[in-house]
Amino acid sequence: MHQEYTVIEGDFVNAGKASSSVKKTLKQLNVDPTIVKRVVVALYEAEVNAIAHAYGGKVLVDIESDKIKMVVADKGPGIPDIALAMQEGYSTARPEVRDMGFGAGMGLPNMQKNVDKLNVTSEVGVGTTVEMEVNF
Amino acid sequence: MTIREIVRLLNATVCIGENRLDEEVEHAFASDLMSDVLTLKDTPMLITGLCNVQTIRTCDMATLDIIVVVRNKKVTEDMLELAEDNDMVILSCAYSMFKVCGLLYQAGIKPLF
Ligand SMILES: Nc1ncnc2c1ncn2[C@@H]1O[C@H](COP(=O)(O)OP(=O)(O)OP(=O)(O)O)[C@@H](O)[C@H]1O
Ligand SMILES: [Mg+2]
Repeated sequence: MHQEYTVIEGDFVNAGKASSSVKKTLKQLNVDPTIVKRVVVALYEAEVNAIAHAYGGKVLVDIESDKIKMVVADKGPGIPDIALAMQEGYSTARPEVRDMGFGAGMGLPNMQKNVDKLNVTSEVGVGTTVEMEVNF
Repeated sequence: MTIREIVRLLNATVCIGENRLDEEVEHAFASDLMSDVLTLKDTPMLITGLCNVQTIRTCDMATLDIIVVVRNKKVTEDMLELAEDNDMVILSCAYSMFKVCGLLYQAGIKPLF
């Protein structure tokens, strides 16, 4: 099953629409609730990042019989040092983002903890792509 | 203790979730930081001063479904709508985060960590 969503820069009100819809689909498919939580938390973190740190982008989801693959690809400033960005506590979040309750530098490490495979690629001035996989 | 007892203890208003007041609550977590809420493996009741749509969305993703909003922050229509879709309970009370935590802790609600 393939699903696509668009996320828009700064659109915090709709941040989580994609994750929310994936949650409903996985529930209908009777996927174990603890796995559903891991999937949607990781996807939501990536979605919020595309909205908070980049200029929006696309979420692509593929649900297979034994796993889910998710790609969040944004157009944005990119991440100059991915290893640094992966460190807990590192954040360049703007005050508006912090006002929303985000910007603690916990998102990327949290994605890492929740998924079975994480791959972050980024080109400065072009954008960032986060690929994740969770096994059922 | 039940949600109904919590409502009484905190002198709270039930914004949504009247149908669930007899459910038991064992654990609570207090934070204004949604990044932190997203790291929880368990699903405690959330006590928070952050009151916007993202609070509800974050709880939806983290599968938390009982929220206490402190200091009478305004729970908006879009928050209620999203909460209703997910069968959540939202309580609003005038007390500070500190007082709410103190009262609940004293009443036997347990922390996660
Ligand atoms: N899609 C992205 N585009 C550009 N920079 C990004 C992107 N995602 C993450 N970053 C950079 O990596 C940092 C760390 O990201 P991470 O998600 O771990 O924390 P955060 O978003 O700042 O805070 P939190 O996730 O706790 O709310 C960000 O502050 C930002 O500098
Ligand atoms: Mg983040």
